[in-house]
Amino acid sequence: MFEFLRIYVFTPLAGALVPPAVEMNVVYTLDILAKIVVILVPLVLSVAYLSLAERKIIGWMQVRRGPNRVTFFGIPWLRGWGQPIADVFKLIFKEIIVPSGADKRLFIIAPILSLAPSIAAWAVIPFDDGMALADINAGLLYILALTSLAVYGIIIAGWASNSKYAFLGAMRSVAQIVAYEIAMGFALVGVLVAAGSLNLGDIVRAQSGSVLHWFWIPLLPLFGVYFISGVAETNRAPFDVAEGESEIVAGFHVEYGGMGFSLFFLAEYANMILISALASILFWGGWLSPLQGIPVLGESSLIWLLAKTSFFLFLFLWFRATFPRYRYDQIMRLGWKVFLPITIVWIGGGGK
Amino acid sequence: MIVQAIFYFFAAVLVLSAALVITVRNPVHAALFLVLAFFSSAAIWLLLEAEFLAIALVLVYVGAVMVLFLFVVMMLDINLAPLREGFARYLPLGIAVALLMAVAMGLVVASGYFDARFPPRAGEAGPAASNTLELGHAMYTDFLYPFEIAGAILLVAIIAAIALTMRKPRTLKTPRPEKQIVARREERVRLVKMEAEKR
Repeated sequence: MFEFLRIYVFTPLAGALVPPAVEMNVVYTLDILAKIVVILVPLVLSVAYLSLAERKIIGWMQVRRGPNRVTFFGIPWLRGWGQPIADVFKLIFKEIIVPSGADKRLFIIAPILSLAPSIAAWAVIPFDDGMALADINAGLLYILALTSLAVYGIIIAGWASNSKYAFLGAMRSVAQIVAYEIAMGFALVGVLVAAGSLNLGDIVRAQSGSVLHWFWIPLLPLFGVYFISGVAETNRAPFDVAEGESEIVAGFHVEYGGMGFSLFFLAEYANMILISALASILFWGGWLSPLQGIPVLGESSLIWLLAKTSFFLFLFLWFRATFPRYRYDQIMRLGWKVFLPITIVWIGGGGK
Repeated sequence: MIVQAIFYFFAAVLVLSAALVITVRNPVHAALFLVLAFFSSAAIWLLLEAEFLAIALVLVYVGAVMVLFLFVVMMLDINLAPLREGFARYLPLGIAVALLMAVAMGLVVASGYFDARFPPRAGEAGPAASNTLELGHAMYTDFLYPFEIAGAILLVAIIAAIALTMRKPRTLKTPRPEKQIVARREERVRLVKMEAEKR
């Protein structure tokens, strides 16, 4: 598809509009832009429908129906499917309120800073063999660096709001994210020791084979640490003390409404999808099929990656419906005193 | 040409944000401009094809050090006016230190020591060469002893920091999970039987 676009759309377009000296650069840029659109549009759509899935699934787990009013183009059996779109319109057209005494520029920058890294991290995700926007050598490091940047959106939002609730929520959230980032980083060190590469594509190729060749068997404790740390990193239940509504109303984003709030929301859900995709790439064989040897089902493809990612997303929702919220000091204890030693021991034992 | 334009853009952002770090009034804004300065220098390193160093700079300094720094700065209520009073008095000393640093840096760069000793840049070695691999090879073969000594020093520093903060006996009333989970019902709950009150 990109081949087609490059030959029949971008090259004539660039040839007509810009001097021939920079023509190749322009074609290249348009090519990358097209790929970004192809990644970003499904990502935003899945964020919208993940919010619907969350409400529906938690609804079913609690024996109620979830959203069931807004239909999709009036089709009766798609009740509730129009809900995300209705939510988007509501949030876009709400007034943006900047609290008095807030640091106005930082208040507006904060949601952007929290969304940008979680989207930029998708640049190195391989969707299929060789199907990544940027197939760089240090892919895993890039992911780690960008996920560590997401903290800034939260801390700046909490400080710029000029509200005690927001500030307390931001403090809690930042301490938690910084703590779990370390355990997460060490879990990923185990993966790169096992794969011998930092490139995400190479990590998946190092797992090629049946289910028994994937890294979840040799690195099972690291997988557990990684996924639970991922839940804590995204501030999801049962680690969602950052927005503990019983104590601090809604945490760092109390003062945000309309589009500012929805950017935080988008960032949280995009991060959830990213963590799930990474869990399936690093530990569950990415695009590889679990049914090796069977004619059609055994072929590795994008669909397997999407299926695995959806399963981990379901786990996120399942956790939220099931577990009560952790107490804050126990969250910190789990991160520093349980997960960190486990990862260090497993790296020490697992090194070749 | 495009690479040069990108370089000048990031260099301008770097110089501007570094200048703002020391001139801006609000300490939180100053810390955030320092983050911007780190970020743009990481971008310049990326242009030099030193991707490992660039990403490590973002990961360590922007992702961890500056977050903790910001954490502390936000909690403090600093009034900057008294801090600025001695500006003119300390200016000569500041200029002297800055000049000394510039001279030292110039001498190191001009010595040619760095050009001769290190392998060619990753870009010159071909697009497939991995920066991380090169660094790892250098660190675990030629520079193994310096690397391990640095590691040992850092470990000592970590333990010393913990020892310094844990010097006092533990008087805080923090809950201890190991005690909480061995608690039994009989120790905590007492059932009292009493007659209903008469009306």
